[in-house]
Amino acid sequence: MNGNELRNILLAAAGLGLAALLPLTGSGYLLSLGVTVAMYTVLATSWALFSGPTHYISLATGAFYGLGTYVVAVGIDTLPYPVLLLIAFVAGGVAAGLVGLATLRLSGVYFVIFTLGLAEMIRQLVTWVQNNWGSHRGLYVLTDITEEIIYWELLAAAALVYLVGWWINRSRLGFALRIIGNDEVVAAHCGINTARSKVLLFMVSGSVAALVGGLLAPRWTYIEPAIAFSAMLSFQVVIMALLGGASRLWGPLVGVIPFTLLWEVISGHFPNQTTLLLGVAFLLIVYVIPNGILGRLEQLYRAAREGAG
Amino acid sequence: MARDRTVLSVRGVSKRFGGLVAVSDMSFDVKEHQVMGLIGPNGSGKTTMMNLISGALRLSSGQISLQGSRISGLPAQEINRRGVARTFQLVRVLPTLSVFDNVIAGCAFGHRRRWGRDAEDHAHDILERVGLEAVALAPVSSLTYIDQKRLELARALASDPEILLLDEWLAGLNPTELQTGIELIKDLRADGRTIILVEHVMDAIRSLCDACVVMNSGAKIAEGSPGEVLADAEVIRAYLGDDDA
Repeated sequence: MNGNELRNILLAAAGLGLAALLPLTGSGYLLSLGVTVAMYTVLATSWALFSGPTHYISLATGAFYGLGTYVVAVGIDTLPYPVLLLIAFVAGGVAAGLVGLATLRLSGVYFVIFTLGLAEMIRQLVTWVQNNWGSHRGLYVLTDITEEIIYWELLAAAALVYLVGWWINRSRLGFALRIIGNDEVVAAHCGINTARSKVLLFMVSGSVAALVGGLLAPRWTYIEPAIAFSAMLSFQVVIMALLGGASRLWGPLVGVIPFTLLWEVISGHFPNQTTLLLGVAFLLIVYVIPNGILGRLEQLYRAAREGAG
Repeated sequence: MARDRTVLSVRGVSKRFGGLVAVSDMSFDVKEHQVMGLIGPNGSGKTTMMNLISGALRLSSGQISLQGSRISGLPAQEINRRGVARTFQLVRVLPTLSVFDNVIAGCAFGHRRRWGRDAEDHAHDILERVGLEAVALAPVSSLTYIDQKRLELARALASDPEILLLDEWLAGLNPTELQTGIELIKDLRADGRTIILVEHVMDAIRSLCDACVVMNSGAKIAEGSPGEVLADAEVIRAYLGDDDA
């Protein structure tokens, strides 16, 4: 570990410590905004762990998130909450592993479409099961877990994701993923098991998404398929990660904060046009800042340095 | 120098794409420390043959063995780990990585694995070997064409392969660069590397190869020393057509 890395870790720890103080403001509105930011930070960062280096755009976040939510909702009356979170985490990983094995041999657009369909498929499946065998469509999650606790849990999950991401970036696995993103044929000819590397990383991001779903379940109190398996969530995660920049570990965070604030304004003032505005935001990001805010900043920084030198 | 140990053995290998037979019943051996030229007119199946050896394509029939154990049918990454490394006909470098990391990519997962300090030292050695040490930290996009070719060679060498496949590595170089390129391969030959060379440049074939296999329309039409095969009537006919033979 060199000085730079130590500095980054200290900065990250300080930032996290500062963020953990948010509930002390006593403002329910700020706290609820904080939960949203923390949730999307974890989701977008773990999404970028896989999609950043490989350029495989996954729209399955909503599927794994919903899976985690349902694990908690179904088991909340019978099993302790931490056990349910663990089950959600493992279930997300297993689901991502299966999806990965089936689809990661597909390239580009086929993978995107499949992952998009996945959330919808699971949603229909859950609805069907509940209609036929369940007593009612929705499920109640009644706990004494407060919003403060959810917030702190999400911060802990964020810390975990950053540590895992930092470790992966330094490891052979992270390096292999970057090579795969550059040229998959070369990667295979360098001795990299491309399918295994991709599936492993996809599992990491699937587990984390399911864990976040489990952590958020107590916030809703009433869960039904349309809430848990939302395609909107998948798209928002992608947009935020791309807005910030998916090539750096902390890139997505740079996108999550402004986007969440913007979204807050949009959904407050134009509740009926949110989907339209989401689409516009997506187009703007892709055309105007394809490498994200971070990529743009790095470009400006390089230009300034070359101008000076 | 012992010349009898067979490194790579190709037996009755064919590759069909639908009705088209790209490689038909090819057999040849490559001995240790040998530089073997795989030559023939355009479209004769040389690159397909290389792709079959490296695992980029699956064979339709036949068998390829590396040091006595079968490698045909294995995925490309497994073949690379057993000790086959290659360059590509159209240069394939990793554009978002630095020159240095391109070489690390070659040694981190392949035949002789290196990681961390060990890999870094090794990468520096190899870059020096191919003459790229000065640009180690530069982005790949700043490299000239021959330097990109050198980099690809460095990446292939980095895993310390048992056999190196160079697919038209000298193509597209200007006369000065060509001399540099030939010298570089001569150095590798002097190191005792086992190499298969797909090449069109006749000077290079004459000065570098110990043996040649000539292909035409997917099949082997001649085999022997460069002098022999280039004087062979059928080889001349394949290259130049009936009238000149």
